[in-house]
Amino acid sequence: MSIFSFFTRSRSAPVARDRLQILLAHERTLAGQSDLVAVLREEILTVIAKHVSIDRDKVNVKLECGNNVSTLEVNVEVMDQPKAAS
Amino acid sequence: MPKVMVVTSGKGGVGKTTSSASLGAALAQSGQNVVLIDFDVGLRNLDLVMGAERRVVFDLVNVVQGDAKLPQALIRDKRIETLSLLPASQTRDKDALTEDGVKTVIEELKEKFDWIICDSPAGIEKGAQLAMRFADTAVVVTNPEVSSVRDSDRIIGMLDSKTLRAENGETLEKHLLLTRYNAARAAKGEMLNVKDVLEILAIPLLGIVPESMDVLTASNVGCPVTLNTPDSVASKAYLEAARRLRGEKLDIVEPAERKGLMSRLFGWKAATA
Repeated sequence: MSIFSFFTRSRSAPVARDRLQILLAHERTLAGQSDLVAVLREEILTVIAKHVSIDRDKVNVKLECGNNVSTLEVNVEVMDQPKAAS
Repeated sequence: MPKVMVVTSGKGGVGKTTSSASLGAALAQSGQNVVLIDFDVGLRNLDLVMGAERRVVFDLVNVVQGDAKLPQALIRDKRIETLSLLPASQTRDKDALTEDGVKTVIEELKEKFDWIICDSPAGIEKGAQLAMRFADTAVVVTNPEVSSVRDSDRIIGMLDSKTLRAENGETLEKHLLLTRYNAARAAKGEMLNVKDVLEILAIPLLGIVPESMDVLTASNVGCPVTLNTPDSVASKAYLEAARRLRGEKLDIVEPAERKGLMSRLFGWKAATA
């Protein structure tokens, strides 16, 4: 055990590289997304609010990135009384 | 065509100020007109590294706020005629700078200088954002160490989104300057090597500055390393990096691991020889 650790103890750079690669892959997606979701949320809500009244607190926007397919899920709770038709 | 260059890193203590001073001096030594601007308002240090700490009268904040004219605040280097310094304020905070104010100062400097080098403060807040805002080219200073690489990645993301050039869809040159590199430790697998860092950050390499006593000595005496010990390994790295910034194509040689008896006995000391 001690001989084994003598030969391997100093090779920590590959561990550092692997940890960084995984972490940064994750952080880069996050950085790209957080803005995108906020922008999408605002623009979608503006369009919906033109036609029906909605409660802005009861809106859920979710972006899921899979390997093959990414999905955008928008949940909007529509209020009971519809806007007067114009 | 004058160039605005930001020297940035995200993480503190990786060598932004030292590299700003050394690259600035190296460019000035090659005959270019260079001005160094210290953006670290409240914690200025470029004046100290340049040995001009006793000559500061007015600073960047004074100029931005109109309390002093630009020529009054510029400090001309006593060793190289073509090198000037615009120090940061020590008594104010980063909110004293405005984007319009910084823009006006940079535009005025462009009339007189070939290179306007902006030494960024650490962090990703207003000071760092203003330092990179008007940049045409960026030098990302990174140590071969996990936290520095992570922060550099973050800064590269900001260079791609928060600079004026990025917003206008123009290209901003990005260069990686690897500092405090210890070839022996990288070869032993104790430290990230050049290939690892380049693979992760994926921007072109400007140079590799080995960890060196000469850099510390240069700071101690207030003289850029390229002037203080021009023949040292670190100076050569900075001088070559400056030539690459001017468009020369020079191969980058990875500092060799020294295997001689002397380096085994004296470790980093021999590596600086």
